[in-house]
Amino acid sequence: MDYIPHTQDEIKKMLEVAGASSVDELFSEIDKSFFSDSFLLPEGKSELEVFEIFKNLAAKNNTSLVNLSGAGFYDHYVPAVVDKLASRSEFYTPYTPYQPECSQGTLQAIYEYQTLICRLTGMDISNASLYDGGTALAEAIIMALRITGRQKVIIDSAVNPIYRDIVETYLDSRLYQVINVDCPNYQTDKDKILSLLDSQTAAVVLQNPNFFGRIDDYSDLIEDIHKAGSLAVISVYPVSLGLVKPPALMGADIVSGEAQCLGNRLNFGGPFLGFIATREKYMRQLPGRIAGATKDSEGRRGFVLTLQAREQHIRRHKATSNICTNQNLCALRALIYLVSLGKFGFQELAKTNYFKAQFLRQSLSEIDKIKIDSDYPIFNEFVIELASGKKIYQTALERGFIAGVPLAKFYPEMTNKFLLCATEKLSREVILRFKDTLKGILEKKHEVNIRTI
Amino acid sequence: MKLIFELSKEGRSGFKLPKLDVPQASLPSSELLGCEPPDLPQVGELELVRHYTNLSKLNYSLDSHFYPLGSCTMKYNPKISESIAELEGFSFLTPNLSLTEAGFSYIQGAFSVLFQLERLLAEITGMDRFTLSPLAGAQGELAGMLIARAYHQKKNNKKKYVIVPDTSHGTNPASVSMAGYEVIPIPTASDGQMDIEIFKEKLTDETAAVIMTCPNTLGIFNTRIKEICEAAHSKDALAYYDGANLNAILGKIKPGELGFDIVHLNLHKTFAAPHGGGGPGAGPLGVSPKLTSFLPGYQIIKGREGKYILSQKASDSIGRLAPFFGNFSVLLKALVYILVLGKEGLRKVSDFSVLNANYILKSLKNHYQVPFERKCMHECVVSAENHKDKGVTALDIAKFIIEEGMHPPTIYFPLIVKEALMIEPTETESKDVLDKFIFSMKKAAELAAKSPEKLKLAPFGRRFDQARAARERNLVYKKR
Repeated sequence: MDYIPHTQDEIKKMLEVAGASSVDELFSEIDKSFFSDSFLLPEGKSELEVFEIFKNLAAKNNTSLVNLSGAGFYDHYVPAVVDKLASRSEFYTPYTPYQPECSQGTLQAIYEYQTLICRLTGMDISNASLYDGGTALAEAIIMALRITGRQKVIIDSAVNPIYRDIVETYLDSRLYQVINVDCPNYQTDKDKILSLLDSQTAAVVLQNPNFFGRIDDYSDLIEDIHKAGSLAVISVYPVSLGLVKPPALMGADIVSGEAQCLGNRLNFGGPFLGFIATREKYMRQLPGRIAGATKDSEGRRGFVLTLQAREQHIRRHKATSNICTNQNLCALRALIYLVSLGKFGFQELAKTNYFKAQFLRQSLSEIDKIKIDSDYPIFNEFVIELASGKKIYQTALERGFIAGVPLAKFYPEMTNKFLLCATEKLSREVILRFKDTLKGILEKKHEVNIRTI
Repeated sequence: MKLIFELSKEGRSGFKLPKLDVPQASLPSSELLGCEPPDLPQVGELELVRHYTNLSKLNYSLDSHFYPLGSCTMKYNPKISESIAELEGFSFLTPNLSLTEAGFSYIQGAFSVLFQLERLLAEITGMDRFTLSPLAGAQGELAGMLIARAYHQKKNNKKKYVIVPDTSHGTNPASVSMAGYEVIPIPTASDGQMDIEIFKEKLTDETAAVIMTCPNTLGIFNTRIKEICEAAHSKDALAYYDGANLNAILGKIKPGELGFDIVHLNLHKTFAAPHGGGGPGAGPLGVSPKLTSFLPGYQIIKGREGKYILSQKASDSIGRLAPFFGNFSVLLKALVYILVLGKEGLRKVSDFSVLNANYILKSLKNHYQVPFERKCMHECVVSAENHKDKGVTALDIAKFIIEEGMHPPTIYFPLIVKEALMIEPTETESKDVLDKFIFSMKKAAELAAKSPEKLKLAPFGRRFDQARAARERNLVYKKR
């Protein structure tokens, strides 16, 4: 099957105009030897056949497991309005709104999105979005390097390790020095950071809640960061901002994060949604697209892409970033999601996540063989330690639960430690069932039939 | 239209959570908390639905309007891809299951999608292996440049420069800079191809790579492309194929067989995943055998009993570009597209995209300047320079096309053509649609000659003031 509408008669007429006797002749300037003689590709199929193939593949993925994993990628409920509105093809089939007179839908949505990112974070300005939380953090750090003209970056190890990997890939190690600071007891080592802070430090990079779910107030630390002439870059989990102190109130200079949690599905890892926001004075250092309000020739309000002199299609090798588009459809979903919840719905959501996580933590702490490290303040995630992690994790999967994220994957010394998350989707009943399941596995672990991998 | 903030009323709501079924634990200490919840709009669900439904109607989109935006390959996005990507088995799947071997059993369908797509893209382009990680074409380019850098570092090559023709997309030089190389731009010769003499002069032992978009942004296929790749290899520079314009040669020519070492693709262009109003895209990167050890992320491979598992990280890997395996649902849509079209369908893509572009080019040549008089590939560039004496610019033509109910071509690009209009019709448009566009373009040319002031009023007497936006920098709504 293909999507080509041409009739034989039309092809003939078009070739006449094009001055060629056949379609092949249109390629006649290209040397024959350039053409490949073999493409080992399947024959085309009908829609019905293709749908069957993918229905079967989808059935080989298990989405009925109870998901207690987050670690940056959260399983929140997505209201139906988000799917229905974002699947309007007037939104999903255009491209970047270069021509404002026929793109006001996209442009106004970007402007509304930028406004909401600022209201969430407390910052002055936002761009139209970036790929994901990790690349957004990398762009935030590159911004800080450019603003300060310095070469050193200090990163708290409690920043999402996946983001830190991406940052490391983005920053040229020949030019910049990146120092990771350990976080004993899952807490930012502020003294250690202060001891490393010097006149070459461009930025200190923090995350709140941190990767282990701990929430903190970085206001004092940021004061010291500023005294050293450095910038504070904070990655945040947007849902937490319904409850937790916003980064602007702590003095952050650049805020980034992953906004998948706002109305975007997990999609096996993407597309996700990176956001970045900053102080007004750093406006010209922001990467990516930005929408701004203007007027038309008759004085009516409208929106355009603006401050484009920062961007690759104008500045080429001197651009603030190589990014071309934003992550527009995902940003639209986040916008509709936030509007759908509204001021008090969003607050209630954040509190519900907090209460569910507290209840989960409390319930699991009643099991003897689970060690819950300390009673640090959390938003909706926390760390537990099991007697024998790997087997228990696998058995829990077999019984229908994703028992968090194994921390040893990212922190080799954290054997048998798991990061657990509770969202509004977990009911009391499911939490208690998880507790009983885990308890059962831990108590009878020798009888469990471990499936070989 | 009003902004959503202007519709907000204190106390209105369209959202309800289930009744809290767990105890209300005490909140963290107050210095950790915000004083007040973020000031999100308070509207009912119907108001929200009307607002965004009406907003959507202000867009020209591919589904509603012809959209010949050059170099963006705005082809039809099949609905089957959307339906499949929405299946719960894909869209609700957490990537966290890929973090342990125990989890692999629960994600075999997703792994199969990635495995199949990787093999098919390698076959289509003639490359050895692909990484599906890059989240967009521009990130694919960055990955390619980082691989070039790692390759040269490993061989202790002293490299400083990357050669880029002056017709290239802006992302090319920007990606080169991000990887720490300097750009050497090469001018275009009178045949519309990169000036090969100047190229050979600038190509030295310090050249790290040569980035070629082929056909280039003028819609011209470089007939000496093999020679260029060979010359690059003679200096141990890598030949990089920017796949932005792969649509022109799909199913006919494999960049790998022309001598390219690195290829990035834009799945939202060539493989019909929707553009989303500007993202999300996907920019997989393919490499030749000598570069596979530098690939980022992980590969999906077949383990025992045909079960899909993750490979080890490549030995010289440049690291990580994406949280997991790239923009999975975009990758999925591309796989659906490839399976629907199959071998024959993919070849027809290049046939008919090239036929459509040539039909437009020949139809417009008496009304606009044609900077390079030769056959074009999947897109063509004409210039409004011949209307400049009446004060008419490419921008005016574009605005008139909006008034005619179509999205305009790309304008002022490539930079080397004055008053450029870059037209890419794609293969999915019918002759009727092209004829309507050609008619409107001719009408614009006639107006330019007879009453240019009418073009200045397009579209519909309301043009937005870009300068005002840049001056006022109103990027965020503030309550009055």
